[in-house]
Amino acid sequence: MGADSSLRSRFEHGLDAPICLTWELTYACNMSCSHCLSASGRRDPRELTTAEARTFIDEVAAMRVFYINVGGGEPMIRRDFFELVGYAVDRGVGVKFSTNGTRIDAGAAKRLASMDYLDVQVSLDGADASTNDRLRGAGSYAAARRAMEHLADADFGEFKISVVVTRENVTQLDDFAAIAAHYGAQLRLTRLRPSGRGVDSWADLHPTREQNRSLYHWLIDHPRVLTGDSFFHLSPLGQPLDGLNLCGAGRVVCLVDPVGDVYACPFVIHERFRAGSIRDGGFGAVWRSSELFGSLREPGSAGACSACGSYDACRGGCMAAKFFTGLELDDPDPECVYGLGEAALAAHPVSIRPRSAPDHSRARVRSLSVPESLR
Amino acid sequence: MADDPRPFARTEHWALSDEVSMRDESFGALAYHHGTRRLVFVKSPLLVDVVRRLGDYDNVDDALGALVQPADRERYALALAALADSEILRGC
Ligand code: SF4
Ligand code: SF4
Repeated sequence: MGADSSLRSRFEHGLDAPICLTWELTYACNMSCSHCLSASGRRDPRELTTAEARTFIDEVAAMRVFYINVGGGEPMIRRDFFELVGYAVDRGVGVKFSTNGTRIDAGAAKRLASMDYLDVQVSLDGADASTNDRLRGAGSYAAARRAMEHLADADFGEFKISVVVTRENVTQLDDFAAIAAHYGAQLRLTRLRPSGRGVDSWADLHPTREQNRSLYHWLIDHPRVLTGDSFFHLSPLGQPLDGLNLCGAGRVVCLVDPVGDVYACPFVIHERFRAGSIRDGGFGAVWRSSELFGSLREPGSAGACSACGSYDACRGGCMAAKFFTGLELDDPDPECVYGLGEAALAAHPVSIRPRSAPDHSRARVRSLSVPESLR
Repeated sequence: MADDPRPFARTEHWALSDEVSMRDESFGALAYHHGTRRLVFVKSPLLVDVVRRLGDYDNVDDALGALVQPADRERYALALAALADSEILRGC
């Protein structure tokens, strides 16, 4: 999606309805990926009921939101998954949903293939089992590949393979592209943010500056690869990447979580970025009049980036990446291509880094970082 | 999905594709094609109006004649051609 600068300034003031609305259906997940952005695992007992979910879809349809991104947790774990997806699609709201693939057997693949206005993104974070399973858990590579086989066998068409780019898999981009080509699928790469359980793994997993530079050039060479506009912090490296090149949190992007809480974006599940709840008067009221969104739509200060000649290309980068690494929101992005984020990080004590909250990780996963003697 | 889009011609009947949802915004509108999954910006309120009513006229020139000032018609014709390219408009 390209946009000229006058349009971009419109987006900075917010739109009547989000372009990119993510709805995490459940915090329940049968996997425990170490970088899970929503710290999922256990189902939240306050999860929206089917009736509440339908009311939400009705409202979103009335606001003419064109499509919703459905995620979790693992959305297919909800027993009313197909019912809700069908309900949205029947009302003209397209659904793009992300899955770990474990629930896509031959039957589910056929069912998905029979629906219009539905996109499926299967997550894969390594081009081979060992790279992938280190992050996503034993057996997850085989499960994702099995899901892809089923989708291809069911003639689903162009499904998406969604990869979070890490220090370990950034060297495998061509291999991912080959896997996608093998299935007639589309490759989608997104940025690793220090959100959810990623708070603990980000420092070790985010691409190095060198790697980010080669990633940028690879993206420029592969314009058909989807990115969800997530790498705009790399745009100062040359010609801007395709997209709006600004942080859309609360302006064009937002998240509705499994219990109906509305956050500025899927990567900031934290009280500070909670705008309200769809349970208090509906989604539209929150989108239009939350105080938080109002302030995010004000022109931001360039802060420490104001001296940078590339500010127009990257606008200081990703708010979530800054917040969860303990930086100020007007600091440079922690992965600033000029290394200014690293310098800012070095000046901040690690102890003040905020945690994603709520955390629905299963205890076993959470305790991984606790020293043996404290258990 | 869609067959190859037919080339845009001002002497023919064109209309908003029934696969497209359009939503008014302060700058004009956002149009989303559910088949191609493409999001397109319609950059002025008058253009939005022309796009919505295009199908009511026998051909594009008639619509431009009725809805747009003479001096602006060429510009609007170009904008409509671009929208036809991205399959927001459908020839029929
Ligand atoms: S200093 Fe700020 S604006 Fe400049 S490249 Fe780094 S993050 Fe972007
Ligand atoms: S906070 Fe980061 S992930 Fe969220 S909308 Fe802004 S740039 Fe994107």
